[in-house]
Amino acid sequence: MTDNKTGAPTSADASQRLRTVMSVVGMLPVLIVLAIVFEVMSGRFMSVNNISNVMQQASINIVLASGMTFVILTGGIDLSVGSILATSAMVAVIVSLIPEFGWLGVPAAMLVGLACGLANGILISALGLPPFIVTLGSLTAVRGIARLLGNDTTVFNSDLPFDVIGNGSLFGIPWLAIIAVAVVLISWFILKRTVLGTWIYATGGNPEAARLTGIKVPMVLLFVYGISGFFAGLGGAMAAARLYAANGLQLGQSYELDAIAAVILGGTSFVGGVGSIWGTLIGALIIAVLSNGLILIGVSDIWQYIVKGLVIIAAVALDRYRQTGART
Amino acid sequence: MTQPPILEMRHISKTFGAVRALKDVSLTVLQGELHALMGENGAGKSTLMKILSGAYVADPGGTVIIEGKPQNEAAGSVAVIYQELSLAPNLTVAENMFLGREIASRGVLDRAETLRRAEPILKRLGVHFDARTKVGDLSLGERQMVEIARALTTDARLIVMDEPTTSLSARETERLFEVIARLKAHGIAIIYISHRMEEVYALADRCSVLRDGVYIGTLDRAELSAQKLVSMMVGRDLDSFYKKEHIASPDHSGTPLMSVRDMSDGGLVKGCSFDLYRGEVLGIAGLVGSGRTELARLIYGADLRTSGTVAINGAEIDCSTPRAALAAGVAYLTEDRKKLGLFLDMSISDNVNVGVIERDAKPGGRLDFRAAARRANDAIKALAVKAPNAKMPVGGLSGGNQQKVLIARLLETRPKVVILDEPTRGVDVGAKSEIYKLIDGLARQGVGVIMISSELPEIIGVADRVLVMREGHIAGQVPSAPGQSISQEAIMELSTGTVTEAAGAREGATE
Repeated sequence: MTDNKTGAPTSADASQRLRTVMSVVGMLPVLIVLAIVFEVMSGRFMSVNNISNVMQQASINIVLASGMTFVILTGGIDLSVGSILATSAMVAVIVSLIPEFGWLGVPAAMLVGLACGLANGILISALGLPPFIVTLGSLTAVRGIARLLGNDTTVFNSDLPFDVIGNGSLFGIPWLAIIAVAVVLISWFILKRTVLGTWIYATGGNPEAARLTGIKVPMVLLFVYGISGFFAGLGGAMAAARLYAANGLQLGQSYELDAIAAVILGGTSFVGGVGSIWGTLIGALIIAVLSNGLILIGVSDIWQYIVKGLVIIAAVALDRYRQTGART
Repeated sequence: MTQPPILEMRHISKTFGAVRALKDVSLTVLQGELHALMGENGAGKSTLMKILSGAYVADPGGTVIIEGKPQNEAAGSVAVIYQELSLAPNLTVAENMFLGREIASRGVLDRAETLRRAEPILKRLGVHFDARTKVGDLSLGERQMVEIARALTTDARLIVMDEPTTSLSARETERLFEVIARLKAHGIAIIYISHRMEEVYALADRCSVLRDGVYIGTLDRAELSAQKLVSMMVGRDLDSFYKKEHIASPDHSGTPLMSVRDMSDGGLVKGCSFDLYRGEVLGIAGLVGSGRTELARLIYGADLRTSGTVAINGAEIDCSTPRAALAAGVAYLTEDRKKLGLFLDMSISDNVNVGVIERDAKPGGRLDFRAAARRANDAIKALAVKAPNAKMPVGGLSGGNQQKVLIARLLETRPKVVILDEPTRGVDVGAKSEIYKLIDGLARQGVGVIMISSELPEIIGVADRVLVMREGHIAGQVPSAPGQSISQEAIMELSTGTVTEAAGAREGATE
């Protein structure tokens, strides 16, 4: 290809750069358009108060979806995060009732989440069971544990020692949002700046090649399910701190679906190997903006479900269309 | 030739953005002839064929005339059989043959009629399977027959075969050649794309060569010669094609670099033992299915073995996993780079570095981007990878360049022993000669190289010594005594079992 040496590289370069920009920007335009539409229709969307509200509402899903991003990047799925969140929240509130050491509720919740996640990871990596089946099982089993912990009642603590997490703010920014952003930054660092991150992408992109390259694939899988559980545990502590209470039956129901929706909206490939944590952040924000905006403009609860579902499908369809030909 | 040509492509050009893939190419195919189309990867063969099949539209000014009619009126008379077969494995042979053109009345399939129409076509091809067989139960070679049968259901007068023998065994290839002869006897013309010279010699009535999107010329059967074809394809003479600069008979006294003893997997590999010396290029030949790849994978720890040991410089190593083998200095290049080797969505840089990022990492497992960029850029330069930059996804590169990236990954681990499994499969002539040069360079540095290859001229040209495998055993070694030359006949005899000197030769192989 003599032509290639002269003219082609620059244009190939340019189109590649454009593609990179597109894949970085991703769904951001959709988020901006939604925000503008809701502002025009309600006149209240862009207020400082409301934005802070949206951030609070999005925060727990951002944390769950960050963990989910790790899992889906390896080509797996974690259906158990909602149940793990409920169990961890129960543990957080129960531990918070211990006099003097109530603040231990937060690390306890995170450890319980980590333990559940590692249990998933061991079943998947050591026994080679399919992630969908394993986490579907733990979705049910861990939900049962959550109910068991409080004897199937709601546990309260009106004097929660770590309630600042759920309801306080720093320089006007809610702590929930700060934690969510911190989780995103940590996830970004692991995925893009560490050996482990490269291994995660490689495992998702081609598991057999990863093994033949000397990557410790079982270790990678153990890690991704572990961190997904760990973040779900953190989410449990956040939910408990916000509510001063936890209920093993209701808390976190179908949260896993919102987390998966955020990841997919963010452009992460369901088969693994392609995607980014920034996409997930934007995906989670789109979901939160939709919920908030639809309430603001007075759409009924039932219609909110229908609109949310359709927007998710439309956004992903748009993304597919945009990326046609990008993957070879 | 009194009959009009079946295909005339005149002044075909095709541009993609700024890239001119084809420049004023003309091609004439006569009725019932086998017309070979040769050229390096990226020379424009596939683009030309896609224009012929209608997948691409040529730039204005070009004309395609099929059986005297313009292209759009001749639909169905051209069938293309691609490298990647496009069959539904869960359906039967007959259903696949009429896929998309099902025989039905009012939406209900007419199974009897489908079978009635499928059977004579299969008979014409002389295949041994039934029209009711599930395609998933057929071998690759048989599936290809189904593809050809499908082409015949449309009464195609011209069939394009793109590298049809790449994944076929020697026997299946023979069957394919028989079928090709039958097709020709029925007056069907074939455009045959291949990198394998022997096939072109065996089959072609005429051969056209493309280079860099330009038509170079057409040779008649009588004019065909390796020299001529290679120089037409590459644009220069290739007398240095298999040039050895390393010492071809390294010192066999002293401790071998690698000793493999009694390697078995309880199935395809049965008690293989051999030695490899520093700076030696050891070829492993044998028919497809003789256990060559399986043996290599056992040494690398990719599969579980039932017995066997591997020693490097006399000390036994752990090769229970690829990770352990790599750590001990053994690297393996897979024969299936897309499925088992590359991360197609990841960049060239990531693909080159993935094996060494752990070694390069800064405290806390942080990636060293500077080291990665240096390695990637050095590799691109050293192996002449054609790519705009190291950030480009590997999936966008040509076969030869993908192979170079994968080889670069192996070399970054600084291995003592490199096992290359079909390193030039699906790679164009230019990249082939670069890979040979690389093997030669490795041997000069004292690396032990094992090369598995199905192409005899290649293995004879590159290797210093050849082990021949048959049915899981090492059947013998060529040359059987040092100093003798390696002959194609000796390898064939051992691999097909015409001579039974297995016991003695096996001892010879381990020395």
